[in-house]
Amino acid sequence: MANALDPHAAITTTASGLTDGALRTADGKPLARALARSQSLARRRAFLLVLPLLAFILITFVIPIGQMLQRSFYNDGFSANMPQISAWFAENPRGTEPDEAAWAALAADLTASAEARTIGVVGTRINYDVPGTRSLFTSTGRQVRRGIEPPYQAALTEINQDWASPRLWSAMREASTPMTANFYLAAVDRKRAEDGSIQQVEPRQQVYVMLFMRTFWLSLLITGITFVLGFPIAHLLATLPMRKSNLLMILVLLPFWTSLLVRTTSWMVLLQQQGVINDILVWLGVIGGGQRLQMIYNQTGTIIAMTHILLPFMILPLYSVMRTINPSYVRAARSLGATSWTAFRRVYFPQTLPGLGAGALLVFILAVGYYITPALVGGSSGQLISNMIAMHMTDTLNWSMAAALAALLLAAVLLLYWVYDRMVGIDNLKLG
Amino acid sequence: MTGRLIAGATLALLTAGAAAAQDGSINITTYGGAFGEALNESLVKPFTQQTGIGATMVDNADPPAKLKAEVEAGNVTSAVYDVEQSDVIALCDEGLIEPIDPAILQPGADGSAPADDYLPQALHECATAIMVWSTVIAYDTTAFPDAAPASVADFFDLEKFPGRRGIIKRPKYALEFALLGDGVAPDQVYEVLLTPEGVDRAFAKLDTIKDQVVWWDAGAQAPQLLADKEVSMTLAYNGRIFDAIIGEGKPFAFVWDGANLDMDYWVVPRGAPDRDLAMQFIAYASNPQRQADLSKYIAYGPPRKSAAAGVGTYKDGTTEMRPYLPTTPENAEKALVNDAGFWADHGAELTERFNGWLAG
Repeated sequence: MANALDPHAAITTTASGLTDGALRTADGKPLARALARSQSLARRRAFLLVLPLLAFILITFVIPIGQMLQRSFYNDGFSANMPQISAWFAENPRGTEPDEAAWAALAADLTASAEARTIGVVGTRINYDVPGTRSLFTSTGRQVRRGIEPPYQAALTEINQDWASPRLWSAMREASTPMTANFYLAAVDRKRAEDGSIQQVEPRQQVYVMLFMRTFWLSLLITGITFVLGFPIAHLLATLPMRKSNLLMILVLLPFWTSLLVRTTSWMVLLQQQGVINDILVWLGVIGGGQRLQMIYNQTGTIIAMTHILLPFMILPLYSVMRTINPSYVRAARSLGATSWTAFRRVYFPQTLPGLGAGALLVFILAVGYYITPALVGGSSGQLISNMIAMHMTDTLNWSMAAALAALLLAAVLLLYWVYDRMVGIDNLKLG
Repeated sequence: MTGRLIAGATLALLTAGAAAAQDGSINITTYGGAFGEALNESLVKPFTQQTGIGATMVDNADPPAKLKAEVEAGNVTSAVYDVEQSDVIALCDEGLIEPIDPAILQPGADGSAPADDYLPQALHECATAIMVWSTVIAYDTTAFPDAAPASVADFFDLEKFPGRRGIIKRPKYALEFALLGDGVAPDQVYEVLLTPEGVDRAFAKLDTIKDQVVWWDAGAQAPQLLADKEVSMTLAYNGRIFDAIIGEGKPFAFVWDGANLDMDYWVVPRGAPDRDLAMQFIAYASNPQRQADLSKYIAYGPPRKSAAAGVGTYKDGTTEMRPYLPTTPENAEKALVNDAGFWADHGAELTERFNGWLAG
């Protein structure tokens, strides 16, 4: 049956000679195994090709982020440098009054830590939970280095009365194991009380929950505005003749290629009280010279500048999807009697959804992490959670707190991504 | 400060290669930029001339971070570093810098002992101050043609001096400033801030002008806000305003009442191979006249009181520097010296409260 021109000539059915009925290659090996072998070879080769990228992502992305996130629940600043008192905390449950053994352990640790000059690290760790204690540790460290005599409780409280504070002992107990949830508690405006229960911080210290809400609300709002502004533009670009639409496309891309800082500062020039827009309004007599509008250094400024900067991320995916939509569908709907609104709503719009989904997801995720624009034009009411993360990274140097805030932000974004996947389906996403 | 950092980062890339230590010579790491250049002209060049010890300036955007990394890796490349006050405390507590024996410092121009002559906090167990800069009120003279503001109280008086105000968007400087505006004496400010009532009082004072405040982040924003007439008065870094007045001819002026003095320091990293040369350099840098000479190149004041008399003109040859320096006695009269120790203890807590207050 096999003839010379048949491409499957190498495969012969076994009906003629062999008994098991399996397909075999020309040299007699079972086909399934040969196929699996050559496929695994190809897979291995493909894996080798992506290996550099995988290693790159692992080394430059996954590992550093993992290490950073580890700081949010692991801080051994106290436990590693104060081993004896940490051991005492491990042996004695919460509620035990510190006995002389505990005070002796504390004094020994303080002396050793002061000698090793790690006392600043220890104090900084406790200072996160009890403000004002960093200098308690460092100044006591300086004194105990000169020598300390038992009884240690009397000696230490003699140096500073604050050593007797139950709040301090509670914070030291918390810090005596490197694993801690305290940074996450602080990131949601909670703290651990002296008895170990979790309670809200004072109302005037509450800031993070409000900032998380504001970040998500503003990001949602900006996503909505970019959709309203971007959809008609994308439609125009997609339906105009190629030459004209390319020209218009440059207008969309030009700001996209311009430095973020330049665009942000241009908005400052335009929007400030003595700026271009206010000048024009006053000149036209719309507003009096004394009622210049406050459009920047507040939430309005943040919304305007971020909407402008993020607009191309909405327009580009929408455009690429709209280009592929066949105009005859809408025409068919119209010819079958649909009004232009119905034809848009029932026929055109659903076809743009993959682009809309991609654009909305891009804009939203970028907006949630936005930092420099709110810092420059946001004033006091336009700050977002990323500004707090940056502050803890560079000003207060509380990297554990920054990591906890960042981890919560990351978790929230992943959750939203999951919800999006369940509702819209990530396969429907079309980036271009 | 940001401009200085950016300039420093650029220069650091260029000079990093030329930073190897040699016999009889030291490397000096500073933030670079205009400040590094001013130090080189006023201090480092005379040092090499007079002692024969070679000195190479190394610019870095973040000297304390470099120092920390080098000490921990056991590979110290510079004998002397320029760091800020808050870094001195952290570096010394963590044992990353050498203690400095105050006995090596030179006496004052009037023969006074260093301990009496240096400003409060200018001498630290592990550091000596290089220069003094300040956060101070600056205003647009064209905004107030009739009567010029003269005090912190005037800054908070929106009726007498209308117009919006610029304040730094950080509790450090802003809270001290509010208390000064509420009538607290400069030497009482940190005591008052230690009490919860004191903190409430500072926020209450800021509340009185909150809706008229433009908050700024980067040092360059303050003169820009004044130039754009966004604000009529602002807290600002004195060096920035000096550059705007002398360099760009802007109609700005200072109110020295309520100035908040801050310092940069020389430190020697632990395990520096040429520790003795470093200490020689630090002793030389304590010379009052060398400190006064710095103001020929940049608007920073000397950290020793007796050096104020040696201050002359700016490098343009005509501008008398005395009126522009935070350390000139009549300017420093009502100044407050920033307490980095206080901020190391309470910075995080007050920053959270400040941000909550701003956002609320």
